[in-house]
Amino acid sequence: MTWRSLWRLLRELTGDRAYEQYLEHRATTHPGEPVLPEKDFWRLRTDSRPPSGCC
Amino acid sequence: MREKVIWFLVAAVGALAWTVLALARGEHVSAAWILFAALASYAIAYRFYARFIVHRVLRVDDTRATPAELKNNGIDFHPTDRRVLFGHHFAAIAGAGPLVGPVLAAQWGYLPSTLWIILGVIFAGAVQDLVVLFFSMRRGGRSLGQMARDEIGPVGGVAALVGALSIMVILLAVLALVVVNALAHSPWGAFSITMTVPIALFMGFYLRYLRFGRVMEVSVIGAALLLLAVVAGRWVAESGWAGAFTWSPETLTLALVGYGFVASVLPVWMLLAPRDYLSAFMKVGVVVMLAAGIVAALPDLRTEAFTSFAWNGDGPVVAGALFPFVFITIACGALSGFHALVASGTTPKLVEKESQIRVIGYGGMLTESFVAIMALIAACIIDPGLYYAMNMPASALGPTLESASRAVADLGFTVTPEQLSRTAQEVGESTLVARTGGAPTLAVGIAEILASVIGGKAFWYHFAVMFEALFILTTVDAGTRIGRFMLQDTLGNVWKKFGDISWKPGLYLSSAVIVAAWGYFLWAGVKDPLGGINQLFPLFGISNQLLAAIALIVCTTLLIKTGRARYAWVTLLPLVWDVAVTLTASWQKVFSSDPKIGFFAQRDLYQDALDAGKTSLGNARSVAAMEQVVLNSTVDGVLAAFFALLVLIILADAVRVWITALRRHVRTTEDPYIESQLWAPSGLIPTAEERRRQKALS
Repeated sequence: MTWRSLWRLLRELTGDRAYEQYLEHRATTHPGEPVLPEKDFWRLRTDSRPPSGCC
Repeated sequence: MREKVIWFLVAAVGALAWTVLALARGEHVSAAWILFAALASYAIAYRFYARFIVHRVLRVDDTRATPAELKNNGIDFHPTDRRVLFGHHFAAIAGAGPLVGPVLAAQWGYLPSTLWIILGVIFAGAVQDLVVLFFSMRRGGRSLGQMARDEIGPVGGVAALVGALSIMVILLAVLALVVVNALAHSPWGAFSITMTVPIALFMGFYLRYLRFGRVMEVSVIGAALLLLAVVAGRWVAESGWAGAFTWSPETLTLALVGYGFVASVLPVWMLLAPRDYLSAFMKVGVVVMLAAGIVAALPDLRTEAFTSFAWNGDGPVVAGALFPFVFITIACGALSGFHALVASGTTPKLVEKESQIRVIGYGGMLTESFVAIMALIAACIIDPGLYYAMNMPASALGPTLESASRAVADLGFTVTPEQLSRTAQEVGESTLVARTGGAPTLAVGIAEILASVIGGKAFWYHFAVMFEALFILTTVDAGTRIGRFMLQDTLGNVWKKFGDISWKPGLYLSSAVIVAAWGYFLWAGVKDPLGGINQLFPLFGISNQLLAAIALIVCTTLLIKTGRARYAWVTLLPLVWDVAVTLTASWQKVFSSDPKIGFFAQRDLYQDALDAGKTSLGNARSVAAMEQVVLNSTVDGVLAAFFALLVLIILADAVRVWITALRRHVRTTEDPYIESQLWAPSGLIPTAEERRRQKALS
């Protein structure tokens, strides 16, 4: 495992890569269609975040 | 061959560690043996038992597309890297629970708790998480409540919902009580916890308006501010501001109830999301640090393997004998019904490949169990005299250090008044006497371990208190929201408008109902003359194990209905054990004639004394206090009976379904097979063959 892939994994783990992942997802499933701007994406993502209960 | 040698060595280390733990009597036993016993057992269970369940019992199929692949919308359904999902799943299941239970259970000795945490997770807890995750994944990510309704019937469904809602209320009350006991009269602690609110708000606004989505960046900033808040707590405690942060338990209760309401109606991005990031960040950091600390310090266990309380049931921390009370005091870390909600919530919608549920479901729970083991070690390396001085109810310990020392001596342990005042001073507290609830005890243990490696005892004590309280405040917020959603969902069936979760009056009203419910138990616990934790904790344990029983019933039902009946013992055996434990505990709590254990015996004792015109009895030193005991024990007793009844109803209903399903073929609810277009490795670390394939694909 390279440093580069480790860094990418860490960013994925913390959620930093979520918008990039969303763009990748749109590019493969709905190519050419409009995507949410970055600001709106993050708002939607946080607002629809389910509370994760823990004990 | 090489593999065989390695597994033989792992087994040998495990067997040696277990032998040392089992045979050592009256000599110094190193905490390392508990660590070795745990790690070796986990490794063997993961390699052999989890593999057996995944491939032989559940028969996972990696050619089958998961809901994440089929319904991929880039948001709540999307195939997620197994390592990332493992992290998220662990963060969602682990909180303050595995830290508190083992500390209280240490009163029975280190061995019963060690055995239960390790065997419990291997054969019950991790199995439950894994099997629930599997069945939910095969049903498009359906929730436990929905599966109970589909597979058992409306009675099962309603029981699951009621069980989940009541466990939430009791859980929140108990955890909030832990925070109250940890922060009362402690300006240092109160200041650092208070600061977590503005820190979280700052993080929320930062992410929303300044730097979208820079979670890692803002978490690092937040964690640094948090450490600063812990350091600054000492300055505050030693300054003229100390009075402003010295709060009574009553003030703290009102503050927590108010906080719980406001936090749960604020938008998620403001407080909950940043708090979640901070909690997750601290969780991983502290777990790693503590493991390293234990390995570096290798402290000796100061507790006996079994204390006399294990058999006579006279323990001052939680009343009752080892069986059944160890098994309900330690829930999270061994078997926790709560996890079934997560394993049938967000996680199944994100799994990329079916075989990965082994590391996510089973492995995630093993990791939580390891956290519980570390909490147990931290509690067992403390001087037993100090442990009891911290964990007995205030009313039993009396007003002075001398009276506390005498009360501990009556139990058969020694702690001098000087020792009590010196230890309190060392950790920067005014007193450690009667700091019940587990958090301060754990903090003393953690501080002792870390300070013996790098020094700074007072800092580590308050750091540990802060991080436990941080978890708990996150849970208070998240739990109130989950409870509110359940309530809105249920009432929405009766009155449509109420089910609309964005309708403000409904939102405020249902939040207020949930907060009032746990607030009531919290207030009763704080004011309880007999000590709130030892009254409420058994109820929490019973309700959590009740939810586990519901989850295991659903699993067993599904195993039978999907043609896996010959392997139904995988969940049936833990279910039988769990039901036996929970029902015995409820039985004793309801019917025991010993007023220390039985709620109604306790009620009668105090009611009779009141009727006889007495104005003081035991630790209740006024008529009002005695009336309080009567009320609390009545409510607690009714609840214990109610929980037991709920288990019996759902069990009877499920057995009916099992018999039908064994007699004739019944329809299954599994989603149809659709072939997967994806490939990904199964385990955390890819095998050599998987690496080759990965390379060929990319």
